[in-house]
Amino acid sequence: MSASSQPLDLIRVEHVSKRFPLPDGKGDFTVLGDVSLSVHHGEVLALLGRSGSGKSTLLRIMSGLIRPSQGVVRSNGQPLLGANPNLAMVFQSFALLPWLTVQDNVELGLAARHVPPDERRERALKAIDIVGLDGFENAYPKELSGGMKQRVGFARAFVLEPEVLFMDEPFSALDVLTAENLRGEIDDLWNAGTFPSSSILIVTHNIEEAVYLADRIVILGSNPGRIRGELQVNMPRPHDRNSPRFKALVDHIYSIMTNPDQVVTGEPTPQRSSASPFSRALPHVRVGGISGLLELVADNPDGGGSLPELAHRLQLEVDDLLPLVDASVLLGFAEVADGDVRLTTIGRDFATTTILRSKDLFRQQALGRVPVLSSIVHTLKEKESQSIRSDFFLDMWDDHFPLPEAERQLATAVDWGRYAELFEFDAIEERLYLPQSPVALSS
Amino acid sequence: MTTPMTSSGLDTRLPSLPEPEALRRSEGFGLADGAVVLGVLVLLGLIGHVGSSAMVSFRPPEISPTVSLDPRFLPSYAARSTVRMFIALAASLVFTVVYGWIAAHNRRAERVLVPLLDILQSVPVLGFLSITVTGFIALFPGSLLGLEAASIFAIFTSQVWNMTFSFYQSLRTLPKELVEATTLFRLSRWQRLTRLELPTAAIPLLWNAMMSFGGGWFFVAASEAISVLNRDYTLPGIGSYVAAAVAARDLRAIGWAMATMALVILLVDQLFWRPLVAWSDRFRLELSGSGNTQQSWVFDLITTARLPRLFATASAPLIEALDRLMSGLFGQVQDHQNDGAAPGQDRLFNLGLWLLVGSLLAVLLHFIFTQVGLLEVATVFKLGVLTLARVLLLLVVSTLIWTPVGVAIGFQPRLASRLQPLVQFLASFPANFIFPFATLLFIHSHISIGWGSILLMALGAQWYILFNAIAGAQSIPSDLREMADDVGLRGLQRWRKLIIPGIFSAWVTGGVTASGGAWNASIVSEVVSWGSTTLTASGLGAYIAEATARGDWPRISLGIGMMSLFVVGFNRFVWRRLYAVAEARYHL
Repeated sequence: MSASSQPLDLIRVEHVSKRFPLPDGKGDFTVLGDVSLSVHHGEVLALLGRSGSGKSTLLRIMSGLIRPSQGVVRSNGQPLLGANPNLAMVFQSFALLPWLTVQDNVELGLAARHVPPDERRERALKAIDIVGLDGFENAYPKELSGGMKQRVGFARAFVLEPEVLFMDEPFSALDVLTAENLRGEIDDLWNAGTFPSSSILIVTHNIEEAVYLADRIVILGSNPGRIRGELQVNMPRPHDRNSPRFKALVDHIYSIMTNPDQVVTGEPTPQRSSASPFSRALPHVRVGGISGLLELVADNPDGGGSLPELAHRLQLEVDDLLPLVDASVLLGFAEVADGDVRLTTIGRDFATTTILRSKDLFRQQALGRVPVLSSIVHTLKEKESQSIRSDFFLDMWDDHFPLPEAERQLATAVDWGRYAELFEFDAIEERLYLPQSPVALSS
Repeated sequence: MTTPMTSSGLDTRLPSLPEPEALRRSEGFGLADGAVVLGVLVLLGLIGHVGSSAMVSFRPPEISPTVSLDPRFLPSYAARSTVRMFIALAASLVFTVVYGWIAAHNRRAERVLVPLLDILQSVPVLGFLSITVTGFIALFPGSLLGLEAASIFAIFTSQVWNMTFSFYQSLRTLPKELVEATTLFRLSRWQRLTRLELPTAAIPLLWNAMMSFGGGWFFVAASEAISVLNRDYTLPGIGSYVAAAVAARDLRAIGWAMATMALVILLVDQLFWRPLVAWSDRFRLELSGSGNTQQSWVFDLITTARLPRLFATASAPLIEALDRLMSGLFGQVQDHQNDGAAPGQDRLFNLGLWLLVGSLLAVLLHFIFTQVGLLEVATVFKLGVLTLARVLLLLVVSTLIWTPVGVAIGFQPRLASRLQPLVQFLASFPANFIFPFATLLFIHSHISIGWGSILLMALGAQWYILFNAIAGAQSIPSDLREMADDVGLRGLQRWRKLIIPGIFSAWVTGGVTASGGAWNASIVSEVVSWGSTTLTASGLGAYIAEATARGDWPRISLGIGMMSLFVVGFNRFVWRRLYAVAEARYHL
């Protein structure tokens, strides 16, 4: 967040924001609001955020793939006008061309720079050697396992010797052990001082990964995407997972990320002041997922659990676990404090009772605590036919979210409302309607 | 939730070993190399022979080529028709890449090009022949090239549109991260086209080209012998051979032509399409290896031989130079994705578009009022309704006949895999080769051509219904079928609850293709002859055919316009809705 002009800032983001127009000219949807950030020489910087925090958008703005709506990105002091030539990216889905051999894939960036074929070959072989894939030069990507494919992705980036290496969730498409292995090797390479780049920028939603790899962690918040603050890891490399500081940092970040209003540094968070119930995003989880999580927590003898531990036990990434926690908190089934989740009385009841009673509990909590659901029920009751096309509600969400997100909001609301038997949904006619026996609104 | 617990094993899957065939590859020249050299030489010789005969002098009406009914000439006629098909295919490919690329990369061009494509593919190709034949003859006076070009153009217009659509669709749905990778790695436009866009589009493009090529034989046959402006034009080829045989009432010659045609279709499939399909397997986007790949002995031969690889190595510097040249020519990929151009310019562009459409409409209306009159328009509309009724009846009857057959085949995987090539073959066999037999039947049994033309139109169109019924039935998951057996669904209920919903999407696809084919076929089906006997049904197809023969430009235009209107309208109001229903309701 230091906006001071240090010569060692390789990439500087100055007051960048990104808005996408909403359909039908309903104004803009802000993905990123006023972000400033620098990548220093010689550091590993992690951008950590949940889905919807715009971290991927920020990465693409910094790489020059997307133009910011406002603000400037500078690479070595020069404003960025297109794809940044000083960096290379490693993609989540590897982004290998399946019809090219490993060798040709690695040579891709060199061919684009019209490096002569012989030199191309030599440099590619060296990069392939670094990632430990020698012997596979003539293999096609489909012959390789996921981990090996991502090694090709790294080699393709290394061969260009970019000033900054961008990684977009590079390990999240791999299984746990492969990811662990590759992450360790990349870290070794960096620590050995033979890394082909002078800085790394990694985007991730995996807290442990961020603490393990990064020297500095920037935490992003959602709605709109913004920087909540940054943390210095301040540990000798490689970062020891078993050290108390490592564990404390992970716990601390969990607690920050489950509590959107917590101040990370001295910076105040903007207050949300929107009256419409349709402006507050529902976490996208199914009711079955919520009760699954709650049952698991209820099984713990002390009726609680630490989030890192839960994530580990469930093999869930933060992006999958936190929405479940959010939903439980929203419905009043659980409370979160300092990285621990604890069931409320109602939550414990919900997790352990029969299916009929749990439906009643869910309905009661949903009507009381989720304004958007009670608003839908009210609207349906006001109609004589007691039914409305779902487009009507979609439009309400559409005022606050881009269309795909509005559609997901509707889908989640329908899932919750159906489970609670608050309303029913006809997918073919796309209508919401009240069930036959009317529901008493808890007033 | 997205991380399946079961997959968290060690990443120890061995990379697949090299295929045994690759290891067995002999060094030095082998039998395969001999075969490849021989094959190339034969091909070059054939092309040279056929090419020279297209240059003969042609001064209608004094000097006009004639077609001999001696079957010994058939191979050479068939070769000439085949070369026409391939030239048209090459032209279609070039057009596809240029048009599709521009439509996908220029936002403004896209708004004109895509709707235009939609209309163009609904226009009956055969109606165009009269216009193009006169145009091309004027372009190449004193040579057969004009007729050649007109015939090739007819084939081109019959196969190009869906190839272009497929390419455009592929470009619009490129995997996002691959596009980002090519941008970040600073590939030039040319490099992106050759390394990302063409390979991604290859498989769907190839399948569409194959379908188009199959349909193209019909147009080859129809375009080689045509009467325009009261004059018969004949272009030596297998289609004109059939036309001559019909005029001479020579059933034996027609039989020879059919056998030759069948052989040519099989040869082209074995020597051209199959190797291509086998080769294109490398362009599959899924990064994991796939189980069933197409086999082709020609492809195996080429990959086993050393010569092609030597050739590839030798041409590498050339390709490198071309890469540089074209990269320089077409420049860098646009730096920023354009996410909002100046709205003022957009408004101007829209205004220009509306003006263009408006003036075209004005010209059209002026033409109708001054040249043919409203009464004629009404008559033509009535004829259109008649032909529409024929198309609809054809669809209903072929659905009733072929859907049960197709479902029965599709439910037996082994039978299906054996019969599918046969159905594909039948679909590409030009139906107009069978017309003479049907015409004879109509004459002898006094069947009215009004009804008979439905059968003629169905001869080609029905296979699409069958083909898609098989595909649809195959797409019904076997556990759903087992469930239906388990709960005791049978007879009508089984059809209503399981089969019809299961094959509905495929049926819509088949129906669109079949009705498009039927409209086109109506132009040659509503007027048929045997010797000097000519049967004429009343309908829009016959109207166009007769106006074409007379060279009556206003009526030709009116007829084509009306037919296009019917096809476009039917697509808009019926097929598109059915598609929507299929997508929303019956998506498996």
